[in-house]
Amino acid sequence: MSGVPLSAYLVLALILFCIGLYGALTKRNTVIVLICIELMLNAVNINLVAFSKFGIAPSITGQVFSLFTITVAAAEAAVGLAILIALYRNRRTVNIDEMNTLKN
Amino acid sequence: MMENAWIIPLFPLISFILLLLVGKRMKQSSAHLGITLIGLSLIFSLTALWERFSAPTFKATFDWLQIGDVVLTAGYEVNQLNALMLVVVSLVSLLVHIYSKGYMHGDDRFHVFYAYLGLFTFAMLALVMSPNLLQLYIFWELVGVGSFLLIGFYFYKNEAKAAAKKAFIMTRIGDVGLFIGIILLFWQVGSFEYDVIFDAVNAGAISAGMLTLIAILIFIGAMGKSGQFPLHSWLPDAMEGPTPVSALIHAATMVAAGVYLVASLFPLFNASETALMTVAIVGAFTAIFAASIGLVQKDIKRVLAYSTVSQLGFMMLALGSAGYVAGVFHLTTHAFFKALLFLAAGSVIHAVHTQNIDEMGGLWKKMRTTGILFLIGTLAITGVPLFSGFFSKEEILLAAWVNGNPFLFLLALIAAFFTAFYMFRLFFLVFTGDARGDQRHVHESPSVMTIPMIVLGVLAVVAGYMNTPWFGHFLGDWLTEGTTLYGPSHIEGPKWIMTAAILVSIAGIGFAYLIYFRRSIARETFSQGAPHLYSILRNKYFVDEIYNMTFVYGTRVISLFLKYIDEFLVHGTMKGIAAASQQIGRLGAKVQNGQTQTYGAVAFVGLAILIIIFVFTGGYIG
Repeated sequence: MSGVPLSAYLVLALILFCIGLYGALTKRNTVIVLICIELMLNAVNINLVAFSKFGIAPSITGQVFSLFTITVAAAEAAVGLAILIALYRNRRTVNIDEMNTLKN
Repeated sequence: MMENAWIIPLFPLISFILLLLVGKRMKQSSAHLGITLIGLSLIFSLTALWERFSAPTFKATFDWLQIGDVVLTAGYEVNQLNALMLVVVSLVSLLVHIYSKGYMHGDDRFHVFYAYLGLFTFAMLALVMSPNLLQLYIFWELVGVGSFLLIGFYFYKNEAKAAAKKAFIMTRIGDVGLFIGIILLFWQVGSFEYDVIFDAVNAGAISAGMLTLIAILIFIGAMGKSGQFPLHSWLPDAMEGPTPVSALIHAATMVAAGVYLVASLFPLFNASETALMTVAIVGAFTAIFAASIGLVQKDIKRVLAYSTVSQLGFMMLALGSAGYVAGVFHLTTHAFFKALLFLAAGSVIHAVHTQNIDEMGGLWKKMRTTGILFLIGTLAITGVPLFSGFFSKEEILLAAWVNGNPFLFLLALIAAFFTAFYMFRLFFLVFTGDARGDQRHVHESPSVMTIPMIVLGVLAVVAGYMNTPWFGHFLGDWLTEGTTLYGPSHIEGPKWIMTAAILVSIAGIGFAYLIYFRRSIARETFSQGAPHLYSILRNKYFVDEIYNMTFVYGTRVISLFLKYIDEFLVHGTMKGIAAASQQIGRLGAKVQNGQTQTYGAVAFVGLAILIIIFVFTGGYIG
């Protein structure tokens, strides 16, 4: 057993998640926002794996789950980037401030 | 007929409603409608009075409301006093209706005037027929409304507007007293019915202190309506209304309602020595107070108004001196001669178009009929023997003397002297001497105006003979028939009182004659000899000014204070709440800017708050 406790993994995941959240909420470049979202997903993955190894009821399910998440995240990144490119062609910008069509 | 007496006040009500609906199209003929309907009222009233002479009191009631165990009734009653009042009211009202046809001729709102007269007459007739205090109070207020509408008839004149408001508010002050009195009485007795109340009073069911309090509160109501000091000052101002209205409401009927109230509740007052004393003192004081103001007024209607206040004081003095018959008797005779005086004054004003007696003079030759009738009224009010006022005033003086208060008797005697003086001053200044104003177009009034005056003139002479020391006290015997509640039918007193009354009247007339007719005493003797006193009297003892400085000013200050509370405290709080919610709304609107990032941030903050709450409270709020 390694000497690294569960809480260390959780803190790492927390820090990663917060960095991701901060970036997703504040960055102006849409590409960076997408990358930050990936960061948040990965923080969750760390949690899943950590709990599957050190949780109260350790089980392989957590690791399987994280594999699923990575797969879905890849698909999501592909779709997201495709949308972004379509948007860029349409608008000639990746600045998120100008993408405010949710209003009206 | 007494069984159908309910129909009497119905005629004026019909007149009021019809004139409101179709009056505009009827124009001048609305007078005919009004006169016809009031005429019917008079006929029915006379029949009711005639039947009451031989039949007992008729009373009909039905259950109106039932609240718990208490049953409120409504109905009508024809007893001696009510029957007498019915005839007086409908008779004077009919004559005023006829007279107004000439006086108000050509007025744009002719039909409205008749409609208001109908409303007032309805309320007054219903008032005097009420068998219980609650019903009386309802019509008491309705009479006030009629008076308000008629004083403010020329509402485009500021004085008339102010006078109407003043009359309404000042009588309302008295009404509050009356209302509290009625409520207290109901609390003590559990009924509004006169009979039940009198039985309770006789059985001693009400403690002496409470009885006095109730009687005085009710008397305050009477003071307001009857213009007794200190609530008198609305009555002279009410002269802004058309003159026929002054004759009907502010001389003969409505102002007598206060006297009627005290008279009809006389057994209640009679049970409390203090209450009777209060009535007597207020009455006597008002009598001399108003008479002294009347000495120096220059407006013909105002002199008569102060004279009315003074005569009402006499009536109150009579009632307060246990002279029930004397008070009611004077109420009746006064209704006739004072209505006559007002109608005659209206006839004069109609001819010369001024109310200032300094611009009249020498009208005797030009207006012979009016002059003679005015003289009859003057002689009656002065108390010259053989005229009606003589008999009733003598009864009052007798009551005041026999009741054992020489001071009040003396006050009454002086007030009688003043009355004689100012009435003849008025007569001499208006009808004799040289013309002091433009009188080229002066002519006698049309017969539609003179005939009602002649009828009143006859009544002003003969009305006294229903209760005289020489031909029997018919009225007194009848009023007190079959009951001891109202005291004796006639008060016996020393014979010299009659002589004193005559002497006092003649002295007053003599003084007026010397000063204003023979001019052997200069008019200015008094005004220059005692300038301060003269100025006090000219300004009516500064009562209005004192009220302005105390009550009106005080009320204004309080209102201003309350206004600021309302403006800043109440309104401010309300505005603050409105502004706060507006700001919160604006904040929410700012967040909703269409950018995903902001939405994400808001969602995150919300989640964070929820988690914090969860951590601290374990998932439960509150």
